[in-house]
Parts: sequence; C-alpha cells; structure tokens
Amino acid sequence: MSHHNTQATEEQVQYAAILEKGMFAGLALMIIAFALYVLGVLPPVVPLNEISTYWSTPVHDYLVAINTNFLHWDHLPTGWSWMHLLGYGDFLNFLPVAILSGVTILCYIVITPGLFARKDKAMAFMAMAEAVILTLAASGVLSVSGH
Amino acid sequence: MQGNIKEKAGMLFVSCMCAIMLSPAWALASEAVEMAQVPAAGDPGWWKWPVILLFVTFVMGIIAVLGGVGGGVLFVPIIGGFFPFHLDFVRGAGLLVALCGSLAAGPGLLKANLASLRLALPVALIASTMAIIGAMVGLALPTHIVQLALGGTILGIVAIMLTAKKSTVPVVPQADALSTALRITGVFYEPTSKEEINWKIHRTIPGLLTFIIIGFMAGMFGLGAGWANVPVLNLMMGAPLKISVATSKFLLSITDTSAAWIYLNKGCLIPMIVVPSLIGIMLGSFVGVRLLKVAKPTFIRWMVIVILLFAGLKAVQKGLSTMGINLSSLF
Repeated sequence: MSHHNTQATEEQVQYAAILEKGMFAGLALMIIAFALYVLGVLPPVVPLNEISTYWSTPVHDYLVAINTNFLHWDHLPTGWSWMHLLGYGDFLNFLPVAILSGVTILCYIVITPGLFARKDKAMAFMAMAEAVILTLAASGVLSVSGH
Repeated sequence: MQGNIKEKAGMLFVSCMCAIMLSPAWALASEAVEMAQVPAAGDPGWWKWPVILLFVTFVMGIIAVLGGVGGGVLFVPIIGGFFPFHLDFVRGAGLLVALCGSLAAGPGLLKANLASLRLALPVALIASTMAIIGAMVGLALPTHIVQLALGGTILGIVAIMLTAKKSTVPVVPQADALSTALRITGVFYEPTSKEEINWKIHRTIPGLLTFIIIGFMAGMFGLGAGWANVPVLNLMMGAPLKISVATSKFLLSITDTSAAWIYLNKGCLIPMIVVPSLIGIMLGSFVGVRLLKVAKPTFIRWMVIVILLFAGLKAVQKGLSTMGINLSSLF
C-alpha cells in the first residue's frame, strides 16, 4: 500500500476536530430544543397557533408585536436578550444556533497560539483578526436599524 | 435490467419533485396568503406551512446534491418567493441552511486535506467582513429593493451556471508573490489518475478582491456563495477543482457564521421556519447522495437552472409589484 504525503497540517486537524464537536453538539441540541418546543414541554413566548400571525411581517414589526403582546419589555428582544428567555421553548432554539454560529470563533482562538509558535505570523495574525471580527459580529455591537 | 429500472425510477422521482417545485400552484399559494393576509388570532392550521416546508426542503436537499449546488442558493429564492414567510426570516434561515451544510462537510474535508485552511484564511477574512456589512445593508434596505436585487442576483447565478467552465487541475506556471509568502500551496492524491498533485495558486490579489463582492452578496441575501467561490478559486486563482469545491464548502462555515450572527442579533430567527428547513435539507441530502448513482447530472443541472430562473423571475416580480409594477400575469 503506497503512502501518500497528503496529510493535513496540525492546525487544520485541530480546527477540524473542534468544528466537528461543535457541529454535533449544536445539531443534537437543536433537535432536543425543537422537540421540547413543539411537544409543548416548554411553553413558548409566542403560542404555536399564533406564530403564523407574525412570520409574514418584517422582523422589526415582528419584534414590536411580540414585545407588545407577550413580553412587555422596555426594549425589543434583540442582541443577546434571548438568553433571558431560555426557559421558553421557542427561544431555547436560539441556543443551538448560537453554538453552531460560535464554534468557528473557538476554532480560530484555539489554532492561533500554535501558528504563532510555529512562527507562521501572517496566518496567525489573520486567524486572530478573524476571531476578532466574528466576536464583534456575535457581540451585537454591530446593530442595524430595521426597515 | 434491474439497474435500468432503478435508473428510470430515480429519474421519475426527481422529475416529479422538480415538476412539483416548478408548478404554478406554488406561485398561487404565495399569492393566496398575501391576499388573505394573516389571521387575526389563533390559526388552527398553522402547522401546514412547516410541514410543507419540511417536504419542499427535503426535495430541495435532493436536487441540491444532484445538481451540485448548495442548499442556500435554492432555499432563499424558492422559500422567499413561494412561502408566506417574510424575506428577513427566509434569509436568516437560508444562512443557517448553508452554514449547517458547511459545518457537516467541513471537518471531513479539512481532515482529508481537500479543504485548505491556508487558502481559506485570507479569503475568509475578506468574505466574512463583507458578509457582515452585506447582512447589515440587507436588513436596513426596504424589502422590495432586496427582493429585486435578489432576483437579479439569482438570474446572474443562472448566467454563471450556463457559461462558467471548470478546470480539473488548472495550469499555474508560477505562484505569485503573495501566495508564496503566505505558503498557500498543498498536495492531494487523485485516485482516478493515481498520482499526487501538487498545487499552487496565482492571481491572489484579484481573487481576494473578488471576495469583497461575494461576501457582501452572501450576507445580504443569505444565499451561501458556493456558486461564486468555486469559479473564483478554480478559474481565477488556479486551485484544482477538488480543492476549490472543498475549500468553498468549508469557507461557507466562516462567511455564513459572520452574517448569521447579525441576523441572530437582529431577531431574524423563527425556529418553526429554521428547524424544519434544516431537517428537510439534511434528510434530502442523504437521499440525494444515494440517488446520485442513478441520476443523470446534466438533466438535474438543467432542472436546477430552470428552477432558479423561475425563482429569480418570481423575486423580481414580487419586488416590482411592491413598487406598483404588476407583472403577476406573467407568473
């Protein structure tokens, strides 16, 4: 059997391993969270039979409506405010989405020190910059006014 | 003989699925919902749309695999055009569909050294930054403008699919200075020719600049961007086709992540739309991979082109109708 010199680099294998674990964790949690939501184990903020009232409206109108009708907060449920609603079936589903969206940040953070150690500075700085950009996007600092 | 029957059955199934998706009934369904608006309170039939969504995304997953396109590029125009969901939620779900497909494939492609992290790093830095900007712009613009631009983009994708060529192993006489400095190079084993192929890239700067546009569009429309990534990596930058396809698939996990955060923070996430879509696409992909053995790729590719053409025109029509220009008689 011939040996092919086609092995992935150390940081690539490390990145893949974290991505794989995050992906499985996120997908498994998504199925569990959705089951808890649909089966009514956890009550939703928006009742299931009223969800169709909201899904055809622009996101800003949707947020205003669910805040007015159900949450009664002094601000709209944007950014990370879903964390306060994890006890509700519908908002629990935000958690696996955050895991699936966040695992890439973790991948970059983990591979950066190794790249620096191997004096692969250009790639290390790019990995660091990517982690910063993704963290910035995740932080909710980059807000946008709705239409 | 048995293979022939299987082939015919497979083709019949795929043809039926495509015919269903191309049916004007979908257009009528979305119009009906628009006209009827939403119920004032408590709709006992609320579950119908998620069930239909599950079925349609299942079919979409099959067609995406057989047609060699990402799920995201089919998802946004079709679900946005023919379902009652607002485009804000459809784009958010589309990003997650593309993201999950990429996350599922990414680890294996990286471990097999088909997706190149060194090639993806600089590209992702540009594409993900622009995807964030694209997502912010898309959410700030009026829906009909986004709808119109989406229609134009989909028609552009159709043009790319009709004209773009592929090169299995492009000739790269010499790696350019930037790719040499960044050591963007690699080697992979090609089982068909039983040889190790050393690859390098060129035209790195123009290629990276192109990802400014690609990233922006991916974020703005939630489309995924494999349709653009692959031609740029393969034809412009000279990466072998296998490396380009695999790196593109992996790249989406980074580009779409950045835009997905913007949609998530903005609240564009309705689990009743997202989860059935993800389940449907994933199950469809599993079936699609099995049907791949019997389906005719050229036929499916043409089906995908026709579906995209129809969905693109539908998006344009919806955008124009909001502006008072009624083309509904055409569709």
